[in-house]
Amino acid sequence: MSGLFAGFYSILSWIGSIVDPFCGPVGVFTWFGPGTLLACGDTGWGDDIAHGFIITASLAIATLPVGLLIGFFIALGKQSEERTVRLASNIYTTIFRGLPELLTLFIVYYGLQILVQQLLASLGYEGPVEINAFFAGMIALGVVFSAYCSEVLLSAFKAIPHGQYEAGDALGFHRGRTMRLIILPQLVRIALPGLGNLWMALLKDTALVSVVGLTDILRQTGIAARVTKQAFEFYGVACVLFLILAMISSIVFSHLERRTKRAEMGR
Amino acid sequence: MSVVATMIPPQAPPPVPPKPYTLTRFVGSVALGIWLALAVGIFLTVVGGWDPDKFAKYGPRFLNGLGVTLMLVGLSIVMGAILSLPIAFARMSKNRFLSWFAYAYVYFFRGTPLLAQLFLIYYGLGSFRPQLEAIGVWWFFRDAWNCAIFAFTLNTAAYQAEILRGAIESVPRGQREGAAALGLPGRVAFWKIILPQAMIVALRPYGNEIILMIKGSAIVAIVTVFDLMGETRYAFSRTFDFQMYIWAALLYLVMVEILRNIWSLLEARLTRHLKR
Repeated sequence: MSGLFAGFYSILSWIGSIVDPFCGPVGVFTWFGPGTLLACGDTGWGDDIAHGFIITASLAIATLPVGLLIGFFIALGKQSEERTVRLASNIYTTIFRGLPELLTLFIVYYGLQILVQQLLASLGYEGPVEINAFFAGMIALGVVFSAYCSEVLLSAFKAIPHGQYEAGDALGFHRGRTMRLIILPQLVRIALPGLGNLWMALLKDTALVSVVGLTDILRQTGIAARVTKQAFEFYGVACVLFLILAMISSIVFSHLERRTKRAEMGR
Repeated sequence: MSVVATMIPPQAPPPVPPKPYTLTRFVGSVALGIWLALAVGIFLTVVGGWDPDKFAKYGPRFLNGLGVTLMLVGLSIVMGAILSLPIAFARMSKNRFLSWFAYAYVYFFRGTPLLAQLFLIYYGLGSFRPQLEAIGVWWFFRDAWNCAIFAFTLNTAAYQAEILRGAIESVPRGQREGAAALGLPGRVAFWKIILPQAMIVALRPYGNEIILMIKGSAIVAIVTVFDLMGETRYAFSRTFDFQMYIWAALLYLVMVEILRNIWSLLEARLTRHLKR
């Protein structure tokens, strides 16, 4: 069974190495890199930067569901009939929209480290504890994303007429089903442009996690810049890679928007 | 015929049925309880770990850092506003080259992280030291503070240009045509008719941009500028006292909240003629 998985994994990585847009057979760095500092392998920095690119993209993609889920529940809390729930959710957004992302990251990174250390010390373990930078970045960025996301979703909720909920009641749906079948599809359509902006902001915020040692685009290019003393070229490459990410996401989002607007086309 | 001799005496309304204790209520109490516990916990750690020496040593530095942050944000917002004018007009111009250039500028600065831009300017321009020395501007780019101001100005100019352009384009065509019908010259029409209406639309985005800049300015700590974040990092690296981050968080929160409230007052005041 494990052999099957290993075989599966090796096939996957083989496919990945073929379609790798940087260092694969048809990669940018393979074609234009050799002889320059961007070559793949031991002679250049191409493969390191490609690795950083993947880390950045996967951090953003891993943060998105966390942020969306928390943001959705915060948005629900903000329109609750219960005053305490509203108050608690408003405190949440006020705090995490008011703090700089970098400070949130530091608080999560060092705070978690201290907390875990104290917890382990009370259990009798006295050793150095290091929190994974990827994990800390995911939590910090997810929390910030969710605070902004709740505002976007709240305004989208307000744009949905009350009659839609009543229609759900009239059909005999319970609340969860009304939400899933009637409200959510419309909510996505209304909130998508705002969520697109937040996604762009999230992509840019991932650069901050390089400060606590995540090997993302900016960290890898920074190391390359320090070693080779060609800072402008390498930071230029970092900017171009971020621009490429932004372009890909704007293409994806315009497709999504067109898809969710299908129903309105005929009118 | 009978006449009602006695009235029914007034009675108290029926008692309000007791509110059922729902799950939502429970969740709300728990959430609020967590916030309260957190606040009390922070307060207790601050009181418990209060150290007059530390306060005397790092308090003034924190205030100094606060001043640096405010100065950095203020300067770059103002200079960015000035720089954003030509960019916004270039973006709206009919000249293909100009509008393309402005679009590329805005796309670059909005599509890349501020941190990368700062590194590109602070570390990157160091590679061109001989050329910069030749034209005599090396003294400017040698200093982290100048580089930070420069990067922030370029960045916020791109955002502000988009805000300005969106606001000016949101003014209905009829306003321009009305001005033309009154025989007003283009310049007067712009300053007296288009811009005041555009500014009301732009007010809220401008406030958001300033708040984003205050929050974004924390990254200058990475290129050795001692703003509020820089002082915090310095104090934390000396004392390993987590309170330092809590103090910084409180200061940032207070700054942002004050600005937000000022802005909503300003908005209420400036749009009072639009209220119905």
